[in-house]
Amino acid sequence: MNSILGLFNYWIVIFLMMTGFYVVIAQGNLVKKLVGLGLFQASVFLLYISMGKVEGGHAPIIDAFNRVYSNPLPHVLILTAIVVGVATLAVGLALIVRIQDAYGSVEEDDIQAHDNEADSD
Amino acid sequence: MTAIAAIRQRDLFAVVMLFGIYSLLTAGLFMNLDAVDVAFTEAAVGAGTTTVLMLSTLRLTGRYQRRSSHSPLLPLLVVTVTGAALVYGTLDAPLLGDPGAPAHQHVAPRYIESGLKEVGTPNLVTAVLASYRGYDTLGETLVIFTAGLAVLLLLGVTPCVSQRPQAEPLDDQAVLKLVVKVLIPLVLLYGLYVQFHGDYGAGGGFQAGVIFATGFVLYGLVFGDGNVQRVLPPHGLRRLAACGVLLYGGVGLVSLFRGGAFLDYDQLATDPIAGQHLGIFLVELGVGLNVFAVVMLIFFAFSSRRGEP
Repeated sequence: MNSILGLFNYWIVIFLMMTGFYVVIAQGNLVKKLVGLGLFQASVFLLYISMGKVEGGHAPIIDAFNRVYSNPLPHVLILTAIVVGVATLAVGLALIVRIQDAYGSVEEDDIQAHDNEADSD
Repeated sequence: MTAIAAIRQRDLFAVVMLFGIYSLLTAGLFMNLDAVDVAFTEAAVGAGTTTVLMLSTLRLTGRYQRRSSHSPLLPLLVVTVTGAALVYGTLDAPLLGDPGAPAHQHVAPRYIESGLKEVGTPNLVTAVLASYRGYDTLGETLVIFTAGLAVLLLLGVTPCVSQRPQAEPLDDQAVLKLVVKVLIPLVLLYGLYVQFHGDYGAGGGFQAGVIFATGFVLYGLVFGDGNVQRVLPPHGLRRLAACGVLLYGGVGLVSLFRGGAFLDYDQLATDPIAGQHLGIFLVELGVGLNVFAVVMLIFFAFSSRRGEP
């Protein structure tokens, strides 16, 4: 019973990760795919943060009372990863905007059909 | 569960909104897991900036998604098999909150035990971010800068500074404008507090940069980009982003020339603790400037394409 509760956080992470993965491979709309990537990314963040948690620990800001602190290292990694994530997301969105300009659509099928036509010409 | 709702919807506007809610919920969860700094960042970035960027993209690409022509069965199968394999992998993983987990054995105890003595900042996340792992953070600052450059190269910013003071996009929303007017100074003040108080409480350059930028983005959304660009011209922002990175690298070089290692703040002053304080302050300032300028540039890049067909 204890181990089920202890591992439950991993299962949530995996569930979220697979949700994002499904969107990326199954949906045709490019904006939707980026949202899927975002879900995937957030699940990885959650995995790291839950690894850093120590039972009975406190936020890693030293004060006079607490003696047990959670692990600050994953926090640092994820903090920077979130901001880098939004920057790379912006690059992805910018690419989508350019694809919209070039193809007139952000649906994968349309873009492929367009490419096939261009190849056969 | 918001995640499920988000993938079922084909109205992309609703998807983006649900994604914002999902981010905010994640931030709450981080808070619960003792990661206050991370929760902070996620709330500012995920629920604020990401949503605005995605909405600006939707403006350009259209709101509705077409029904997919492919059968969802094959992807579903792939996903289920991968998920099952991952669940199997977790069966010998350390339990949540186990103090004996491998993640807590290597360098973390040292950071926690000697962080206050060696660096002098009570917030260990700041100490690790700016001092112990200063190289990583420099790299990440560079990535953000590069991403900003990439967006500019892809989209470009057409300056609308020379135009007449633009017609405000939400002219008739008096209540909204009033609320925003009251909120913005508070948001900016809070950004400054987060920037300069990051050594002691939760916060730091990354969060402050985003919060500060959010204030200006809010203004831009309600009162028009032209008005923001008169205060923050894009060419100035480009220099500001570069200055942030240079400031960070410069601190490293100064410590190198004073006889220490690259980014060894002990060399910056006669007393190591004072040196660490100065170093962290400057580095966080560099990060804050860079993040702020890049987020603003990205926002302008998206919003300035709005008028085109």
